[in-house]
Amino acid sequence: MKNLIIMIIKRLALGVLTLFLLSLLIFLSVEALPGDLAQEILGQQATPEAVAAIRRQLGLDLPPHIRYIEWLGGMVQGDFGTSLALKRPIIDLIAPRLQNTLFLTLYTACIAVPLAIILGMMASLFRNSYFDRISNATALSAISMPEFFVGYILIYFLALSGYFPSMANITPSTPLLEKLYACFLPALTLTLVVTAHMMRMTRAAIINILALPYIEMAHLKGIKPSRIIFRHALPNALAPIVNVVALNLAYLITGVVIVEIVFVFPGLGQLMVDGVRFRDVPVVQASSLVFASAYVGLNLLADIISTATNPRLMRQK
Amino acid sequence: MSLISVLIWLPIVVAVSLGAGWLFRQTLIRLVNAPTAKFLRTAPLTASFGMLTITIYVTCAVFAPLIAPFGESEILSASFEPWAAPYILGTDNLGRDVFTRLVYGARNTVGIAFLITALAFVAGTLLGIYSALKGGIIDQVVGRLIDVLMAIPSLIFSLLMLTIFGTSVISLVLVIATIDSTRVFRLARSVALNIVQLDYIEAAKLRGESTVYLITREILPNATAPLAAEFGLRFCFVFLMISSLSFLGLGLQPPTADWGSMVRDNAELISFGDITPLIPAGAIAILTIAVNFVVDWLLHRASGLKD
Amino acid sequence: MSPKTTNTSSSAPLLTMRNVHIKGLSDETWVDIINGVDLDLNRGEVLGLIGESGAGKSTLGLAAMGFCRDGCKITDGSIEFDGLDLLSQSRQQLRQLRGRRIAYVAQSAAASFNPAHRLIDQFCEAPLKHDVMARSEAETYATSLYERMNLPDPDEFGLRYPHEVSGGQLQRAMTAMALSCRPDLIIFDEPTTALDVTTQIEVLAAIRDIVKQFNTAAIYISHDLAVVAQMADTIKVLLKGDEVEQATTAKMLKSPKEDYTKSLWAVREYARAEQPLVTGQQPVIEITNVTAGYSPRQDILKDVSFAIHKRRTVAVVGESGSGKSTTARVITGLLEPRMGSVSFAGAPLPANYQDRTRDQLRHVQMIYQMADTALNPKLRIRDLIARPAAMYLGLSGRALEDRVRDLLRMIEMEPDQYIDRLPSELSGGQKQRIGIARAIAAEPGFIICDEVTSALDQLVAEGILKLLDRLQSELDLSYMFITHDLATVRAIADEVVVMKDGNVVEQGPKSEMFVPPHHAYTELLLGSVPEMDPKWLDRLLESRGADNIGDAAIARMK
Repeated sequence: MKNLIIMIIKRLALGVLTLFLLSLLIFLSVEALPGDLAQEILGQQATPEAVAAIRRQLGLDLPPHIRYIEWLGGMVQGDFGTSLALKRPIIDLIAPRLQNTLFLTLYTACIAVPLAIILGMMASLFRNSYFDRISNATALSAISMPEFFVGYILIYFLALSGYFPSMANITPSTPLLEKLYACFLPALTLTLVVTAHMMRMTRAAIINILALPYIEMAHLKGIKPSRIIFRHALPNALAPIVNVVALNLAYLITGVVIVEIVFVFPGLGQLMVDGVRFRDVPVVQASSLVFASAYVGLNLLADIISTATNPRLMRQK
Repeated sequence: MSLISVLIWLPIVVAVSLGAGWLFRQTLIRLVNAPTAKFLRTAPLTASFGMLTITIYVTCAVFAPLIAPFGESEILSASFEPWAAPYILGTDNLGRDVFTRLVYGARNTVGIAFLITALAFVAGTLLGIYSALKGGIIDQVVGRLIDVLMAIPSLIFSLLMLTIFGTSVISLVLVIATIDSTRVFRLARSVALNIVQLDYIEAAKLRGESTVYLITREILPNATAPLAAEFGLRFCFVFLMISSLSFLGLGLQPPTADWGSMVRDNAELISFGDITPLIPAGAIAILTIAVNFVVDWLLHRASGLKD
Repeated sequence: MSPKTTNTSSSAPLLTMRNVHIKGLSDETWVDIINGVDLDLNRGEVLGLIGESGAGKSTLGLAAMGFCRDGCKITDGSIEFDGLDLLSQSRQQLRQLRGRRIAYVAQSAAASFNPAHRLIDQFCEAPLKHDVMARSEAETYATSLYERMNLPDPDEFGLRYPHEVSGGQLQRAMTAMALSCRPDLIIFDEPTTALDVTTQIEVLAAIRDIVKQFNTAAIYISHDLAVVAQMADTIKVLLKGDEVEQATTAKMLKSPKEDYTKSLWAVREYARAEQPLVTGQQPVIEITNVTAGYSPRQDILKDVSFAIHKRRTVAVVGESGSGKSTTARVITGLLEPRMGSVSFAGAPLPANYQDRTRDQLRHVQMIYQMADTALNPKLRIRDLIARPAAMYLGLSGRALEDRVRDLLRMIEMEPDQYIDRLPSELSGGQKQRIGIARAIAAEPGFIICDEVTSALDQLVAEGILKLLDRLQSELDLSYMFITHDLATVRAIADEVVVMKDGNVVEQGPKSEMFVPPHHAYTELLLGSVPEMDPKWLDRLLESRGADNIGDAAIARMK
């Protein structure tokens, strides 16, 4: 147990370090911006006085390391700065949208994770059967489709005939059932793409383990195939499967951006894309950091769970 | 078209595609020499279909000006003309021929994706192998740096970078190639790590061989199989990524014909029950599926899995 | 189940195989692995299956359980176990036999135990699932077996996970697991091949004791004749899927009929005369007080010193972890020693190979254990051998080509036939010869041979040893021979250095090393090497005592 705790602390420290480096990277990349941000905001015909004023307002006249510390300090305390385009505190823009995006991701995960693991296990059990081949080819096709293609196809078939809304217009005050209904098509789009990935990787993880000598040993002990899968393969496949799930949930974060645009969903992705269009740098910085933190956090969690389920680490002399 | 009729048509389309794949494979087998033919015979129908599709796309890309009936960004009529001659797939929001733009799109979108993948590959592979070969502190530092870069989801990272560097073709190519090379680096490094610990590398080091010789003569030739498969996967990834960026209006800029932006430009048609925007999207999907099928076959062979 | 299973008349053989053919899938074509082998095994009898790699021993062993690996199929013949035709049994019926009446002990215990479960749970699985015993009964039985097999702390032993016990213990735990349902037949598939000699003994003793006690029939598969001689009543020799001959152990050892079998026996007798020590000259390689390790806190080598003289062969022996290979890495400059130095012909060598001159690199060459990984699989033989000749001696064009051909002739391979081949188109022994050619192409003064024969079959290994011997006298070479096999030491060494835990425990000329008295560890090491005498293990156990072998004996030394 002691080893486990030390290990978790090490991973956490590494995660924090990664986040720190990320924030530095995000900050520095804006520093590398060709030209002056203030000039950029005001346009070419701005007077030097106006530019100087906005530089002071944005703190651009301070040296970079001071600005970085202030920026990071603000971020940690929830002060994300002010949007250049909308002239509002970024935290007010991000908070409700982040909530929506999290809702959509969670909704998808609840459908996709169990579905993918069950399908992946079945495919590995019936390896090389027709079920396996067809599900494999289907999954491969699903992976290959851009999210907007899947999204528009679903709109074409399920929204035009009026079964589901094509615009997922929700607010934090929308009742849950209505929310679930409104978000069904975006969630389904994400599910299709993510399930395919997850299922293939689950299958591969289990098949890797089925090729190991101790599985042959179990066969030679006269153990039933179902018991071999659940008792001998699964405990050892747990760590790779947890990693697969985390990897795909992290992938969801990327997929969500496109899906939000297709379904005009008021989420963080849409905010970020708008930010990019208007070159609203503080908004882009803040949303990048939020997305990246979620990504790092998920991978960290997977790392910890998968090592914690390893008996080698749990019991070491 | 209703959902029911799609469900009826789908198996027919799949069967015809696989049949075309079969025909293509048989033709190829007759045309090539014996060892290649033996190799091709192991291709499943999905992979044969993949090879056929890739051939068609490449032909379109190379001979685009000959195939396309009109100019790439020629404005010909009112916007959103229906599907009728001479505009077999109608016209887009600016009155340009959709079919023409589709053909040119093959050249632009596929070409750029290929260029990016190739760049990412050269950089990622060389750095990955170098890092694995040198080991020690160099490997540690480069590895950690790449880990940090990979800790940002790639789409988010490219959005951030494009905000800063603008959406010119050059910055698009460089930004995505950089992001993608981190993934190639990871794979190349792990493949090379397995090779570097083999005795023939030790023997070559002890012989006093230079780093360049070690990379080009001893390591690279033994890493081609996994790297070739990875090239296919990376191409799919890059291709989907630039399509997504174009769809968001941040990829290839008008008037260049590009499948992602064609979807975006004509997206409003979908709410009128017109499937025109689905065609470029489908073109993207089919190429990616095709490449994935071929890669899947190659990976399956490389892994030595027996049926 | 069919009433035939109750047929237990002692006269009928327990296992009968007739004309068994097995094919395997290789590069998408079916090739023969076993072509028509017959086999009879009575109750309580131990049959030794012997053959080189690729003889089909394991495949035949698994077929005795009605089991085929993926990519294998039994195409013809019959396999009868206690009156049951295994080939016509359903999967379910076969499952009821496996583990309960026929059990299996695999080569690598570490890979064959499930890492996620405790040893006792894996022991109890078969008895519980086959309804042979209740859990508590099975646990008591396990403890008694663990105790019988000299496993430490038998009551607690089963509570450990596989990674928590040593290789030798794990192999005994697997034998215990095979016995869990008191089977009629156990297949031992090279159970001691992966172990060190001193550990091998304790596993052999435990297996033999337990097989005798339960009167279990067994098929003992091994490539090592001396090991099989200790275990088996009868020996069957296989060659490329065909039976060569079969006889009782004593008869087989004394008077083998077939030439192939005789040749297997003959290998053990090869030994060359000791080379004279050239006095008054600097040693070719001298290692002085070397202390080295991969981390500053832990030294793998502790104050190691020895010298290798011109035209002499020094064998460095010891078990895994003794520091043999680390010594080689220090000499080649891959590992910088923390203290001490290495010199060549009196001149010190820079500690790091990157600081050595081309000539210094040229003089220290290496031949590796696994010829498969020692040759770049994408380069042709021509290029593999030409590279050092071109680099060090500046040969090119015609001269280089001629040199490569000369070298191929020196290693007894026909240049025209082999020069354009890839390593994958050669046999294991031929690959090893190419490795030798690459080393001598540099025209070195000294070659490190790292377990060069241990991955090869005995006949091939003998050829390699003879070749190295000939090259030594022709080219005035000095060798450092890293090996764990004392038969090789007897065959080729002039001097012996015995290492244990990074220390040199004894060193001296071969003639002295094989005559007592020895250092206690050397004695244990020498005494643990199986001999071609069926009574060897009995005598050893009698003279040392059953609890003074293997790890236990090493522990006593401390």
